[in-house]
Parts: sequence; structure tokens; C-alpha cells
Amino acid sequence: MRMQGRRRFLGAAGGLAAAGALSGCSSAVGQAFTGSAGPPSLLNFWHPFTGGDGAQLVAMQDKYRKRRPGTDLKSTTMVWGAPYYTKLTLATLGGRPPQVAITHMSRLPTLAASGLLRDISRSELAEHGMQASRFNKAAFRRAHLDGKLYALPLDTHPFVLFFRKKIAEKAGLLDGDGELKDLDGPDKFLDAMRAAKEVTGVWGGSVASIKDPGTNWRIFWTLYRQLGADLVADGGRKVVMDVGAAEEALAYIRRMTAEKLVPTGIDYTSSLTLLTSGKAGFLMDGEWQLPAVRDAVKEDFGMRTFPRIFRDGPYACAADSHAFILPAAPSEKAQRTERSLAFTRAMLDSSLDWAKGGHIPAWEPTARSDAYGDLRPQADYASAADGAAYDPAAWYAGADSILYRRCAGAIASVQAGRARPAAAADAIHGAVRELAKMEAPV
Amino acid sequence: MSTAPMSTARTTTARTGTAAGQAARTTGSRWTASGMLLPFGAFYVVFLLGPLVYTAVAGFFNGSLVKGGLGDWVGLKNYAEAFGAPEFWSSLGNTLWFTVLTTVPLIVLALALALMTDRFSRGKWFFRLAFFAPFMLPSSVISLLFMWIYADEIGLAQATVKLLGGQAPPSWLGDPNWAMISIAAATVWWTVGFNFVIYLAALQEIPREVHEAAAMDGAGPWQRLRLVVVPMLGRATTLVAVLQLVASLKVFDQIYMMTNGGPEDSTRPSLLYVYQTGFTDSRTGYASTVSLLLFVIILLISLVWFALIRRTEKEA
Repeated sequence: MRMQGRRRFLGAAGGLAAAGALSGCSSAVGQAFTGSAGPPSLLNFWHPFTGGDGAQLVAMQDKYRKRRPGTDLKSTTMVWGAPYYTKLTLATLGGRPPQVAITHMSRLPTLAASGLLRDISRSELAEHGMQASRFNKAAFRRAHLDGKLYALPLDTHPFVLFFRKKIAEKAGLLDGDGELKDLDGPDKFLDAMRAAKEVTGVWGGSVASIKDPGTNWRIFWTLYRQLGADLVADGGRKVVMDVGAAEEALAYIRRMTAEKLVPTGIDYTSSLTLLTSGKAGFLMDGEWQLPAVRDAVKEDFGMRTFPRIFRDGPYACAADSHAFILPAAPSEKAQRTERSLAFTRAMLDSSLDWAKGGHIPAWEPTARSDAYGDLRPQADYASAADGAAYDPAAWYAGADSILYRRCAGAIASVQAGRARPAAAADAIHGAVRELAKMEAPV
Repeated sequence: MSTAPMSTARTTTARTGTAAGQAARTTGSRWTASGMLLPFGAFYVVFLLGPLVYTAVAGFFNGSLVKGGLGDWVGLKNYAEAFGAPEFWSSLGNTLWFTVLTTVPLIVLALALALMTDRFSRGKWFFRLAFFAPFMLPSSVISLLFMWIYADEIGLAQATVKLLGGQAPPSWLGDPNWAMISIAAATVWWTVGFNFVIYLAALQEIPREVHEAAAMDGAGPWQRLRLVVVPMLGRATTLVAVLQLVASLKVFDQIYMMTNGGPEDSTRPSLLYVYQTGFTDSRTGYASTVSLLLFVIILLISLVWFALIRRTEKEA
């Protein structure tokens, strides 16, 4: 009896497992094995948004699901960074890509040049009411490769300046309306940080200089681009670096630490803590820190565009954009362009939600709306989107790339005073020349 | 691969079986042996030999992650690039530096802890558990734990130095001179338990009479340790040393999570270099070349190390 019972149980369990495997054919796991296109109502969406961004996205997706109950939206969150792009690339190569995905604009050149993306035509855009004129110009221009459009920008996220209102007030840096005074020009900005240092008694400003190649790169790239210089051309194969400008930018970065206005040897988290704990009056960081700063200090902070230190070129600040892409699927049935573009449009329409997390909407109807204009401090740095200095268009550049890694060391050693600006500029030049010579994977 | 066990099986049956049943049993056991080996054999070929051969082949092509396939034939270009790349040599140097920093303390410390624990007659379980417990934690937990301990301004390690009167403690993970040492220290704390357990087991196998005999012959405690106990632990030491060396040469997890190779690539081990060239830079062909070179280097170092240890063991 007992034996029989066990056998029956095992048989039942086996049957269940087999049934599960069969019905699994229509599930995501089943599709991964069979490569089938899946039901037409299914829309797979991959993105790297966690934390504050992730919460906003969930709200936007909920709105979409309510409005379009006919679409089965499967949203997959992955950890941001190089591994995200590896997964996206391999899924697309393997013929099982998501219908829609998020990319950083700085990563677009590699993805598009490798033929991993489906391009979007003007007529398709017009059908969904997403004409070129309804996007931020700089971001939309950057979404092209060889005249073809491969991405639809969601936002611009620039490198900006945070400040503590009370510290700025005590330092005499606010005008009659409680707005921050003019900080443009190399000396004015340092003087402002010096005044803030008198108030805090510790530091004037704060910026991460170790364990975070991204921030090393952003402060350098902001200043370097303000000097009107460029780095590479021809998809990264030609180096057009202005070593003198790089030295000038690095020398300015060194002034901040040499004059003891900004600490050396602090990492990303500590740089934020210095601002929120009142040990620094300014923080140079991406606008995405807005929710974290607000959580810590409530309304006692403000934000503005990174100051215009140099006037040799048009205003520039290191920036990137999140954008929607359509990874190339093996068949139109699996591609589901129509549904994907409708989803993209719906997400763009929720841009105001997205802006709450700090990002500047690339969707002009939102960016120009009164509701966004009233959003503080977001509206105070919205103009940064027009000066967005994207990373060079090369396979070795972009978010979390080899270029960051190679340059970060040189920049960090200048900040710490271990290397002279001229030597570091030469080191960056050497690194970029080496990268340009390397066999490109695209 | 499968011939050795098969012939053993046949001789066994030949010796024990009767002449009549011999033929049937031989065929039967022949199939049994190869049948038993088949699952693992298939697994070995598909997941170990196959990828190894593919890696060796891919190393002669300029394969790309974003394109798929092997790419174009480039001959020995990847090898020339690897040997000429400072990153290749510096990452190899970092791996060796990490190995030196961890292997020696992991052997000496494990032995010391085991010797001390062995002296307790009561409550031994507590020390065994306490020293072994960290080893059971996954690498991600260890990394997070030590990232907090080593954090700048707010971390426990800097606070301790300040408490002891140090003026300006270094940024443990942010200073190129300290980062690898900090990671090695965390690794020693994490994995010392494994070696400790091996040593403790070996210590318990040394008969009491040996200690007594040595004591009666007039050997002091230090002499007993040096001339009796340590030599009798020879086999355990060999095992620990070889396992430790290979584990240290393969370091990846905790470095990837704690510093991702920084600052200024000062903690980037060879495996991370392979990972970065293959998965961040999408250059899978070149990454294959580097990983094959690394495989050969680890193999050679392990063989030399093993030979050295064996020889000292024989001399002792």
C-alpha cells in the first residue's frame, strides 16, 4: 500500500511537471527554448531602472496597463551597467530580443552599428504622433546613425550642481529673490565654494573622485567640452584630441582640491553625504541624485546647471539620455513594431512622472508644459538639456565603458595631486590613441 | 578515458567468476562500466572540453560579442596584442600579488588557529563554528560587509585607526597602494575557516602517544610543535597549499563587487581583464586568447608549486 501510494504520488508529480513543461511553451521560459514569437498581445520590455527611477517607471507602466488592457506588458528590470548591454546584445543575437528596451544614448552607436536595432521610419513616427519636432533637438539628433533613426529619447540626464540653500544664504551667495547668484567663470565658482567653506567650516564643494570612473569622466568632459574641444571623430577611429585644452580642464579640476575647497579621496556615497550632512555647500553630480538629496534634507537645497567655467565653446555639460530602442527581431510577427511604438508613445506621454525623479523630459510637449515649469527644482536646470555634451560616438565610449576606465585613473591622480595636469593629459591622449587603434568589435 | 576502469572490471570478474558465467558477465560489466561513465563523460565533453577547444579556436579570430560567430581569421594577432599589452601584464601581476597576499596568511593563520583550538578540551565546537562560519557566507555578503567596513569617512576601519591615534587613515579601497591589501585581508577572514577545518582534522589524527613519546624524550613544547606536529601535518599542508593557490589565482567575485578592478586598475586581476575585454568591450576573440593564456599560466604555476611542495614534503 505504502509503496503504491508513493508511486502514485511520483506519477502525479511527474505528470504535473510534464504538463508544466508543455504549457511552458507559451511562457517566457518556453519561448527562450523554442524561439517562438509568442502571442501577439505580449510585449516584452527590458530596462535597467531600479531605486527612485524604478518606482516612477512602475507608476508609468501601471497607467499604461490600465489604458491598454489588450497588451500583456512584461517588464524586466536588470542591474544597470555593462552586464545589461551584454544581456541585451546576446538576446538579440540569439533571436529572442525584447520588443522594446531602454538604452543609454551613449551606447547607441555600438548597438546600431552592429545591426542589432530596427530603425524607425518617419512615417511610423508620424503615425504615432511622434514627429521629430516633438523631441528635444540635441537628444533626437544623437539618436541617429548614418541618417537613420534608431532610438526615441525619453530624457536627458546632465551633470549639474546641487547646493544647500541655508549655507548659500549665510555665505551671501543668494540674491534678493533667494536665487543663487551668478557662478560663471573660473574664479567666481571657486570664490563661491570658498564662501561656502567659511560657513561649513569643512569643505566648500564635493565631488566623487575615487571608486567612480563615471564622475571622474563627467567633470572632466564638462570642462573639456566647454573649452570647445572634441576627442575623436570618424566613429572613434580618428583622434582629434586637444591636449592643451585637456591640460587646462585638468588644471582647473586640480585647483578645486589644491585650494582645499573640495576634498580628495572621497567616493560616490561620501560625496553625497558631505552635502546632506552640511559639510559641503555644493555637490557636483548627476541630477538623478535629486530624490536622495530630497530624502535627506527636505527642501533645504537647490539645483542649477553646472556653471559655465570656460567660454571657448558653446555651453556644455556632460550628459546622457535614456532612450527606447526596438531590438531587431527575427520576424515582423516577433517584432510587433506597431504595439512597441504605441507603448513608447504612452510612456513619453507620462514624462511628467519621469521628470519627478530628476530627469529632464526629452518629450517637448511635457518639457514645455506649465506643469513641468512649476516642478522645482527640476525646472531650474532644464536648460542643461540644450547644452548636453554626449560621450564621443565610438565603440569604446559611453556609459560604463573602457574609455571611462582608462581616463578615470589619470583624472583621479590629478585630483589627488599625484600627477601634474600636463602628464595626465598626455596619459589620456595616449589611452585614446591606443583605443582608436584597437580592432573595433563593430 | 574509459578503458582503465573497464579492464579492472574484467580482471575482477575473471578472478571471481566461474568459467561458464564469465562470458556473459564480462559483456554485462563492460556495458555497466561505460554506461556509468557516459553521463559524466558527456557532461565533461559538452561543458569542459568543448568550450576549451572553442576558446582555443576563437583565440585566432577577431570575434565580437555584438556580431556573433567566430569573426575573421587574424592568426596570432591576438597573441601579439596580449603579450604587448601593459594591461595584460599588470593584471597578471595583480593576480600574483593577491595570491601572495592571501596564500601565506591563509596557511599560517589557519594552522595557528587550529593549534590553539586543538588545545581546548571543552567548548571546542564553539571555536570550530566561529572560525568556520565566515566561509559559509556567499561572496556578495562578504563584499557588502567589507565595503561598509572599508567605507571612507563613515567606515569602521578608518574609525578604528583614528581611535588608535592614527591621523589620516588611507582610503582602504580607494588608495591604489592599499586596495589590494584590503581585499586580501577581507578574503583571509572569509576563507581561513576552510583551511582551519582541514588542519584541525589532521591534528586530531596525530596519536597522543607521539606527543607523549616526544615529551618523554625531553622535547619542549616548541620543539614538539616544530619537529613533530608540523611535519606530521605535511599532507594537510600540501592539500591546503595547492587548493589555496588555485583558488587565489582564480580570484574574481569579491574584487568585481568591491572595487571592480579600481582604483586605477590596481586591483584588476586577470580574470576581470578577461571579463572586461569580452563583455564590456565586446572583443570576444581577444578575450578568448587571454583566457587561454591564463589557463596555461595557472596550470604551469600549479604544477611547479605542486612539485615544490611534494619535494619539501619528502625531505621533511
